Amino acid sequence: MNLREFGLNEFGFLILSARWTILLSLIAFAGGGILGVVIASLRISASKPLRMIAAGYIRFFQSTPILIQLFMAYYGTAFIGLSPDPWTAAAITFSLNSAAFFGDIFRGSIEAIPNGQWEAAKALSLRFIPTLRLVIFPQALKLMLPPTVGFMVQIVKTTSVASLIGLTELARTATMINTVTFEPMLVFGTVALVYFALCWPLSLLARHLEKRLEVEGRGRAALA
Amino acid sequence: MPSYVFQFGPILIRSEELIHGAWLTIWFASVSMVLGLAIGILGAVARSFGPRWLSSLVAAYVELIRNTPLLIQLYFVFFTLPFLGLKLSSSAAAILALSIHLGAYATEIMRAGIQSIPSGQIEAAKSLGLKPYKIIRHIVLLQALRAIYPALCGQFILQLLGTSIISAIAAEELTAIANNMVMQTFRSFEVYIVVAIIYFILVQAFSLLFQGFSRFFFRWKT
Repeated sequence: MNLREFGLNEFGFLILSARWTILLSLIAFAGGGILGVVIASLRISASKPLRMIAAGYIRFFQSTPILIQLFMAYYGTAFIGLSPDPWTAAAITFSLNSAAFFGDIFRGSIEAIPNGQWEAAKALSLRFIPTLRLVIFPQALKLMLPPTVGFMVQIVKTTSVASLIGLTELARTATMINTVTFEPMLVFGTVALVYFALCWPLSLLARHLEKRLEVEGRGRAALA
Repeated sequence: MPSYVFQFGPILIRSEELIHGAWLTIWFASVSMVLGLAIGILGAVARSFGPRWLSSLVAAYVELIRNTPLLIQLYFVFFTLPFLGLKLSSSAAAILALSIHLGAYATEIMRAGIQSIPSGQIEAAKSLGLKPYKIIRHIVLLQALRAIYPALCGQFILQLLGTSIISAIAAEELTAIANNMVMQTFRSFEVYIVVAIIYFILVQAFSLLFQGFSRFFFRWKT
């Protein structure tokens, strides 16, 4: 058999393909973050139908595998005459999926703000959106930061699933190199370390933020 | 644009295959939940009460698994073990990878539960002359399990959805059967919608089951 070795070239190729994983993660984070704010706002709005739509959206995306969502976007959209390329399908799916989780995180943080803040804003005759923007959101931001960073780790890891519709990021590059070198331990060991290098700092940051929040909470409780 | 006619017929004729796939998904999820929880309990006890080297080893396992994708773990197990002389079927490799994966999350969750137990209780149990094994089992683990039960169930649900990924190494379950069906019927949208609904129902069913289980199992008052 004439196999290629897992040499510096292959190693470099693998490392460089991390940029596509990072790009897809950033798209999912930005798209999901923006849409997540919309979902969270709908979820706490005064109108019941809007609340139910947002709840249904979150439920659907949290109760079905992302792989099926991805296949639906990639293979299943042919019936309306669409045939998206892997990047478009993945960018849309990961944004919509992250939006559900971000929406849930944001809603939880917003609802954790005491009711008195809403009432005070009302007494100052602030409307819904300004209340959110000026009073609630700045306070909720602190609460949502740790789980948001934590979910970024999930996003980076989940983008590996995009390899299954043929998007050439880290995981797919690894399977491709494995096919020509047949050195699975080296190839998948290396790619695991690359993912680890991307995710671990974020995990540590999330834990650090969580601890700081806890300490602050204790301080506030002691003062009260 | 040609108008599209939905045809669920070719899929519903094959509903038996889908039901079979759903059972396989339930099987993979359940077996890996049991094994993952077992790893989690052992891991958390080792992490909390074990000697320093063991505690660090468990911590490294948890960090490594939690910061790498399940898909890569799956590939690693599936492609590497044959090299070490261990030939596993894709189903066995899938169960192994899924359990190792869930085990890391369960360890971390259980560890938080163990930490939530006031140390006074352990001291009280010690002064009553209970053996370490009994203290861990009756005082620490049962209460820890109850404290972290919601988090554990959340992780279990993620695991149920995560099993769809094992179709990547040709393990047979719901997603693999769906992909097969798409190739044979060319009704991709209909197949994936039906399969999404099946997953949705499975998630709701497992959630209900977990709720019922907690009502049965955690009856004592705090």
